Formats: sequence, structure tokens, C-alpha cells
Amino acid sequence: MSDDAITRTHPAGPALGRMIALLALAVALIALPFVVQALGQPALVPLATRVLIYAIAAASLNLALGFGGMVSFGHAAFFGIGGYVVGILYRTYVDDALFLGFILGTDQLLITLPAAILVGGLAAYIIGALSLRTSGVQFIMITLAFAQMLFFLFVSLKAYGGDDGLTIRRRNALFELNTRDDTTFYFICLVIAALVFLVLWRIVGSRFGMVLAGIRQNERRMAAIGIAPYRYKLAAFVISGMGAGLAGALMANYLRFVSPDMLHWTKSGELMIMVILGGVGTLLGPLLGAAALVILETVLTGWTEHWQLVLGPVLLIVVLFTHGGLNGLISRLGPGRSAS
Amino acid sequence: MTLVFEQLLNGLQFGVMLFLLAAGLTLIFGIMGVINLAHGSLYMVGAYAAAFAAAQTGSFLLAVLAGLTAAALIGMAMELLVLRRLYARDHLDQVLATFALILIFNQSVTILFGRQPLFVSVPPALNGSVQLLPGLSYPVYRLAIIAVGLLVALGLYLLINRTRIGMLVRAGATHREMVRALGVDIRLLYTAVFGLGALLAGLAGLMAGPILAVQVGMGEQILIMTFVVVVIGGVGSIRGAFFGALIVGLVDTCLRAFMPGLLRHVMTGSEADALGAGIASMGIYLLMAIVLLVRPKGLFPAHV
Repeated sequence: MSDDAITRTHPAGPALGRMIALLALAVALIALPFVVQALGQPALVPLATRVLIYAIAAASLNLALGFGGMVSFGHAAFFGIGGYVVGILYRTYVDDALFLGFILGTDQLLITLPAAILVGGLAAYIIGALSLRTSGVQFIMITLAFAQMLFFLFVSLKAYGGDDGLTIRRRNALFELNTRDDTTFYFICLVIAALVFLVLWRIVGSRFGMVLAGIRQNERRMAAIGIAPYRYKLAAFVISGMGAGLAGALMANYLRFVSPDMLHWTKSGELMIMVILGGVGTLLGPLLGAAALVILETVLTGWTEHWQLVLGPVLLIVVLFTHGGLNGLISRLGPGRSAS
Repeated sequence: MTLVFEQLLNGLQFGVMLFLLAAGLTLIFGIMGVINLAHGSLYMVGAYAAAFAAAQTGSFLLAVLAGLTAAALIGMAMELLVLRRLYARDHLDQVLATFALILIFNQSVTILFGRQPLFVSVPPALNGSVQLLPGLSYPVYRLAIIAVGLLVALGLYLLINRTRIGMLVRAGATHREMVRALGVDIRLLYTAVFGLGALLAGLAGLMAGPILAVQVGMGEQILIMTFVVVVIGGVGSIRGAFFGALIVGLVDTCLRAFMPGLLRHVMTGSEADALGAGIASMGIYLLMAIVLLVRPKGLFPAHV
């Protein structure tokens, strides 16, 4: 995959401007539920929750796509798997049965989330180990193929709803919190999202992240200095799948519903759009991209039934005329690099 | 036995349809290096234009003409306005931009024709069926599709291997810079190749009209399968597209036809149907994964 088209900014040390911007963002995100409550727009809290969940998925995809140079067109698979982990565990719990004969069901968020991360990572390990033998277009297509396979697998799983999906009557429980409350659930997602972004920031800045960036820029050169690219790429792909699985589990809780739609290839496309819209290979880009896409979609749907006719040209303009997505646009507008 | 033969013919018919799409897609990728997700939209455009013309005029010939012209013109416009700017870009930008084109095409068609699928009747001249074997009569229209597909394949083979344009196309696929350096107007060549690819997609679309429902989203369904074909056959190779399309068409059709029946021997009816359909849908993706793992460049790679 050629790499000269996009110049990516390296995760620099915490400069003062950056710190202030991050702090402002944190304050805004924490204050958001109270502000929209005061403005009499409580419906915005679920919307913001959706942005956060998609931001986790997109940021995870960005680790593979932006930092690792692996254009995965099948991340919806891990997203959907995470969702189904929650759905199937909940169904097993309600039926008081055993999944596969030995796994107990549960409705505890502290168990379902790690389970979703684990299963998502496992799926990413299997798919990644096979797919990474190819590169370029073949890699794009083989990840798509695996995702489609899983999509059809879940469609044909009649025991878990098949085409119709699986309803989760109650959100998973977390301590004594009332997870049904939108604001509470928003804060749960916010904390998890913050953790995910922190972990990703640490990964990108670590030796591992540097090697990954090196592989993206010149795989052959990294191999020549004695680093096995395959293992690093696979590790990044697995972490990326774990994050997507986590996001899927949160989404299943948010919607209280999972269906094969979560694994559909258009979902992979949407996640890619968020990454590209926000800025490939930037830390906060996926958050911007997720916010832009979710908000645009919501606003346009309220405006016209044919909202895709507006979204399409907007995407085209972003691709054709901006470099580095929204994040790049903001950095170029602002003095120096304000957000990266 | 007749059932197997019938399904093989169905598979062949589906295969040549896939070939018409895959040929354009693989040429566009091989020569210009562009992943065009919107190729399926051209298929849809062909189908809708033909269905509209058929409903307005009642003439099948005019419908064919309308389908081909619309697909080719829109395809060339697409190349001039959007794709031309993407040749030097990352695959990622190409995926996103052509994804955006899909949204635009689908919504425009929804606004113009509504969400209800259109149904097109088989032209009277090709109506009815012929007796191929004792006990097996097969629709003439499907046989006609197979014939057209094979003729196009032959025509493409001759065009690519025997003509000056074909020579430029082959040269462009392997040594793009060199062709440009020799003074060939590469931009014109690109637009022409894109138009040809669009024309073939439109042809597939208009032929599909009487068999399938003409509806929004028909393009994406077949597009993903076309990608499977292209990757199995080897990106950029017309020969690969041809054999890949036949393999995918046959495997998919046969799995769909026989898998539930086979499974019914080991489980109950409705479960067998659901699981069989699932396995049948996964079949070609599994095939693609296996091919890529054994031969990462596909079965007939264009550049060895």
C-alpha cells in the first residue's frame, strides 16, 4: 500500500496548546449532559452516547488503518461480534441455560465487556493471521470476505434470532447503577472511551507504535533491520479488533438489540468514513469523524428523507478537496497544530 | 441428473453476468489502479434505464440501447468528474469517494423511480423455453444471456489481444508511465476504458432486469460478489475475471440449490434450510479466502 498520499503527524509530546485543547474537550464532554438538560434538549444525551461508542470503534479501526496501514474493510465483524457476545450471554442468562453447553449467561457489564473484548480479539487474531498474508487490494477484499462470512453466519443462526436479531430486554448491570438512565449510561461510555483513547495514545507513542509506524512507511526496511513486520501488524490488528468488539458490546447495550446489520459491510464502510472524515492516523480524528457523521446523519434525517443525497456530496468534497480530514482542516485553520 | 444440469446452466448464466461486471472492474483496477465501489451503480443505472425505456416505448431494442447509452455516458461522466482526481491517491480515498458515489446514485434513483422494485417482462422474441434434454426444458432468455456473455468474452479477448487499442490497454496495465512517455494520450485511454467497463456493467444490468427485480441496492449485492470474482481470478486479468466468474457463478448456484437438501439428511427441514442458506451464502467468501491464502495474487495474476 503506497503511503505517500497522506502525511501523518506523529504523536508529539504533550505541548501546552494541546493540553489545553484536551482539557477543554474533557470539560465539555463531562458538562454535556447537564448543559443539554438545562437547554431542554435531553434527547441529545443518547446522541452523544452514540458518538462516543462509534468513536471507540473508529479509533480502534484507526490503529490498524491509520497507524498500521492495514486497510480493513471488515471491522464491522468485530463490532458485531462484540454485540452478539452481549446478546447471547444475556439470552443464555434469561433462559438459565448454558451456551455451547458450558458457558453461563450473565447480565453483568463487568463480565460482558471483557468477554466481548476477548472474543473480538480472538476473531481478529484468526482473521488477521490469515488476511495479513496478503496486502493492498487483496487485504481490503479478504477482510471484507471474512466479515461477509460472519454476517451470513449470524443471519443463519436461527437460535439467536437470525435475520431479525436479538432483543436485550435490559441493559447490562454495573454495580448498583441504573444503566437504563441515559445520563448514567453516557458517563459509563465516556469513562470507557477515555480509557480507550488513553490506551491508544500510550500504544501509539510506545516502541511498539514506532515500529508499527515504521512498518507502515517502509515494511521492507523494517524487515531489514531485524523486525518481523507480520507479528507487529497482527498484534495491532488484534488490539484493533478488541476495541471494535468493546464498542459493539456497548452499542448492543445502548440499543438493547443486536442484529446481523451490525456486521453488514456498509457498517465497515461507515467506520472507515468516520476515520477518514476525522483524519487518518490521528488520535482524536476518529472522535471528530464519529461526531461529524452521527450528527450529520441525525440532522439530515430530520431535514429530508433523502439525507444520503446530501451526505454523498459532502463526503466527496472531503475526500477530493481536504487532506487529512476534519482534523487536518482544524489544524490548518488554527495556529500551529492545535489538535492532533 | 436433469436437475444438476439445469443448475449448472443457471450457474453458467450467473457466471457470465458476473463476468460482464468483473471484466470492467478488473480493467479499471488493472489499468488505472482505482477501486471503484460504484461499479455496481452503473449496473443499476443500466437496469433502470432499460426498464424505463421498455415501459415507455414497449420496444426491447430501444430498452437495450437506452440501458447501454445511459450506463456508458454516466460512467464516463463519473470518470471525468470524480475518478480522474483519484488515480494518484491512496486506496482509502478511492474507497471513500466511490462509497459516496454509491450513496448519491442510490438516492437519486430512489427519488426518480421510488422504492418499489420495477418488473420487466421478457422480450416476446425470447419468451418460452426449449427442450435441451428429454425432461429438461430451459428458458430461452437465460440461454440468450449465456450466449451474449460468451460472445462478449470472445469480443473482449479479440479486442485486448488483437487490436491496437487492446495493445495500449495491455501496455497501460503493465507500464503506465512508459505508455505516457511514448506520447499516447493516456487520459483519453482511461476515459475510453472506463466507458467500456461501464457499458459492460450496463449490459449486465439490463439483461438482469427480466430475471431479477430492478431495485435500489441491486448494484451493491452483485458488486461484492464481483469483487470476489476479481480477487479470485487475479486483479487486472480479464482471463482471471472470466474463469473466476464462472467458478463463482457455478459454486454459488450449486451450493444454494443443493446444500439445504444435503443437510436435510442429517437434521430437520427448517433448520436445514436456514443453515444450508447460510453455508451457501458463505461459500464463495470461503472459496475466496482459500484461494487468497494459497495464491495471494489470485488464480490468473495479470503481472507475474
